[in-house]
Amino acid sequence: MTQWLGTLIEGVMLGGLYALFAAGLSLIFGIMRLVNLAHGDLIVLAAFVVLVVAATLGLDPFVAAVLAAPVLFAFGYALQHLLLNRTLGRDILPPLLVTFGLSIIVQNGLLEAFSADSQRLKAGAVETASLSLGGGLAVGVMPLLTLASAVAVILALNLLFYRTSLGRAFRATADDPEIAQLMGIDNRSIFALAMGVAMTVVAVAALYLGMRANFDPTIGPARLIYAFEAVIIGGLGSFWGTLAGGIVIGLAQTIGARIDPEWQILAGHVAFLVVLVIRPRGLFPRAVD
Amino acid sequence: MAGAQTPAAGYRAAIGTRATRRVALAGLALFAALLALPGIADRALVQDLIFVFYMLALAQCWNLLAGYAGLISVGQQAFVGLGGYMLFGLAVFAGIDPLLAIVLAGVIAAILALPTALVVFRLRGAYFAIGTWVVAEVYRLVFAQFKQLGGGTGTSLPPEITNTVFGIEFVKDLFGVRTAAARDIILYWAALLLAAGTILAVYLILRSRHGLALAAIRDSEPAAASAGVDNFRTKLWVYVATAAGTGMAGALIYLQKARISPDSAFAVLDWTAYVILIVVIGGIGTIEGPIVGVLVFWLLQTYLASYGTWYLILLGALAILIMLAAPKGLWGYVAERYGLVLFPVRRRLIGPGQR
Repeated sequence: MTQWLGTLIEGVMLGGLYALFAAGLSLIFGIMRLVNLAHGDLIVLAAFVVLVVAATLGLDPFVAAVLAAPVLFAFGYALQHLLLNRTLGRDILPPLLVTFGLSIIVQNGLLEAFSADSQRLKAGAVETASLSLGGGLAVGVMPLLTLASAVAVILALNLLFYRTSLGRAFRATADDPEIAQLMGIDNRSIFALAMGVAMTVVAVAALYLGMRANFDPTIGPARLIYAFEAVIIGGLGSFWGTLAGGIVIGLAQTIGARIDPEWQILAGHVAFLVVLVIRPRGLFPRAVD
Repeated sequence: MAGAQTPAAGYRAAIGTRATRRVALAGLALFAALLALPGIADRALVQDLIFVFYMLALAQCWNLLAGYAGLISVGQQAFVGLGGYMLFGLAVFAGIDPLLAIVLAGVIAAILALPTALVVFRLRGAYFAIGTWVVAEVYRLVFAQFKQLGGGTGTSLPPEITNTVFGIEFVKDLFGVRTAAARDIILYWAALLLAAGTILAVYLILRSRHGLALAAIRDSEPAAASAGVDNFRTKLWVYVATAAGTGMAGALIYLQKARISPDSAFAVLDWTAYVILIVVIGGIGTIEGPIVGVLVFWLLQTYLASYGTWYLILLGALAILIMLAAPKGLWGYVAERYGLVLFPVRRRLIGPGQR
């Protein structure tokens, strides 16, 4: 019984990590319906940026991530402005193919620059610290911090979305890009800002990706799938839904792994497909696709 | 669709052009020449062309699916892997001749496409694309559980199966070659038949009333539905048919490789990303496009693949460039500029006095 409770807690915490992977994707998918197949590779790219900053300046990964965030914001803004804005339209093939190309470029560029060796962001004592919950239960500080960061990111995104004028512009373009333009909103720069914000969130995701386990240039696509599953389970346009979606995937994976370690990933995918068959628009859809 | 109405005097609808007959004859001549090619070509060229033909078959299938039915799937590797594993299963455990197993693998892929469609057809657009990818991942993880087929590390096809494939003695006598070369020649013919068969099938489908329905769906789904097209059934039918073609290609690919593992058989890069790239380079929504695309891809691979990661970076950049600069692909550009059509599928109105 205690073991199962531990599994459930572990699953929710893992869900926090997946929600972090998914939050940036949820933002851009919700606003511009952009299927960014490079999202997973961008997370890995961000992890390498944090790694380089931490290594060259001799900083703690948390500080390095704070320094990397503005760089990644600028990168996201430029990427959207120079490249991805040109692919948006009624047809989903152009963004799909362009981000596929981008994914291949990022992955192989990282392989060329950093080789296929596994890397890790070293955070020191906090990595192994744990809190006792009593009754033989304990949670790691790192997973707890991951979940707390996910909740904080979702809160911040909700504040940005519903309490600021930029958020109003985000929502307006998400609802109807043409009418938003009539109201004097420049969609292209709104999209570029959205991608900048998404890449800032990616910096947070990359931090926890790199501290939790080893990473190498090839692990991007798998993170992309978990992230998309979380977004779609949660429903289009709902950040809390994305968190819930991440937790569904995390729970399914840890429960699956508890039954048979080889079933971990499979259980997550099956949970995703089951949710889709029952509710094709996700659990908490806000926007109409 | 409404029944045919009597056309006004002197007007008729035609699909073919005057050049059609000449193109058909040239196509037949090319096919015959390719059939005879192993008699003079060296083994490396034969192996290269096997690759060209199976990629062409995959590209034609994806093109029909995405370019005509609007079903942008990034999960076709599901059926490549299924076909490959079915070939191994049928040949190793049931002792079925590998060539027959290729056909059966296509049938099984089509049968499994039905329950798969029940899940992914609930999704649209981007959701469909991601959903098909997840389904392919599920297939990959499930096949990694089959210990009899090597589990996660994969397994090899015993040489006695590949060396006793139907017709191998005949080819050995005909060309005076060793077993390995004879096996390549048989696979070459099978791949040629598969590629030519896929092109012919796609062409005939597009010329039929189903093709008309597909073109209507491609241009506007609501308009197609209001004109009496059953969008769901038409798409389902195309999904199942392309699964059969993709499954047969997968079986052939892994008969040639003679070694299979879940990670390679269900690889999104090899069996979907490259295929999409081929279709888009050549020109999506045309039969000629994938043919042009596969030749360009083959040239790139032949001359640049030794550069490893830089070659892949170049392919990625090419995908971006093509989509931004020439979304209709190379063939689309040529066809627009010179009005060239090799596989006419469009109905044209011909007035009195016109030919």
